[in-house]
Amino acid sequence: MAEVMRSETLNISNNTSSLASPELLHVLAVDDSIVDRKFIERLLRVSSCKVTVVDSATRALQYLGLDGDNNSVGFEDLKINLIMTDYSMPGMTGYELLKKIKESSAFREIPVVIMSSENILPRIDRCLEEGAEDFLLKPVKLADVKRLRDSLLKAEERVFKNIMHKRELEANDIFSQLKRAKI
Amino acid sequence: MQRQVALIKQSLFDQGYLDEQFIELEELQDDANPNFVEEVATLYFKDSARLISNIEQALERGSFDFNRLDNYMHQFKGSSTSIGASKVKTECTMFREYCRVGNAEGCLRTFKQLKKEHATLRKKLEQYFQASK
Repeated sequence: MAEVMRSETLNISNNTSSLASPELLHVLAVDDSIVDRKFIERLLRVSSCKVTVVDSATRALQYLGLDGDNNSVGFEDLKINLIMTDYSMPGMTGYELLKKIKESSAFREIPVVIMSSENILPRIDRCLEEGAEDFLLKPVKLADVKRLRDSLLKAEERVFKNIMHKRELEANDIFSQLKRAKI
Repeated sequence: MQRQVALIKQSLFDQGYLDEQFIELEELQDDANPNFVEEVATLYFKDSARLISNIEQALERGSFDFNRLDNYMHQFKGSSTSIGASKVKTECTMFREYCRVGNAEGCLRTFKQLKKEHATLRKKLEQYFQASK
């Protein structure tokens, strides 16, 4: 008598992808300049990304639910694949935002890209040391955004393939057990 | 009308008012977003008017807060770069240099020139967008 295997028994998550929706990366962009916000939003849309734009690091933290108020609605469902932030912003800088994100257990895995109009090597080093994925010089080029997107999609694909492979191994394992039990 | 558009555009580039960044913006336009560049330009002129006003107030006060002025110019330079406003960007850079060395006279002179370039660019872009419709 074959026992019906349910997914909970197999302990496999149904959510195989951290993408916001099939094939769509969700990018959170942070910039205090209204012109740059409009520009980066368009660059990301043209690159087929879902975009959320905010005008300060504080608002970015609020959006992520990291502002200490702990009341972000749907926090668990928030899927961000990439954060792009300007470096020089009033109040909290992009660098400080980067640090806060890397300190957070929920979001430290999310790649953070810093954008700056100033090509200052110590600044770039500091950001990369703090865990920034990349440092882009403004004005950001469409080619930069596409490169980021492609590299992230490849990474997602690898994760997806690993999960599928794991599923396959687990399914084979169960099949072998069933055979041995002569069901 | 097409020829006039091309002529205005060519002159904007030849005279150095615009640089390649403007072309990058135009390449982001498509049938679904045919007014993207004009929208960016509108935002830019609204934002830069605010900055100009802030700088004017700061300069009128007499006591030169070079840090504050440099801050405004950093923003101004940033958005000017993003839209490809080449001459305005150059004036911003010069202004910041004068701030760095604490040269009030230089700041005032450069600011006057900056406003002139800014106004000219605005007029020419308005003509350009009008002719493009």
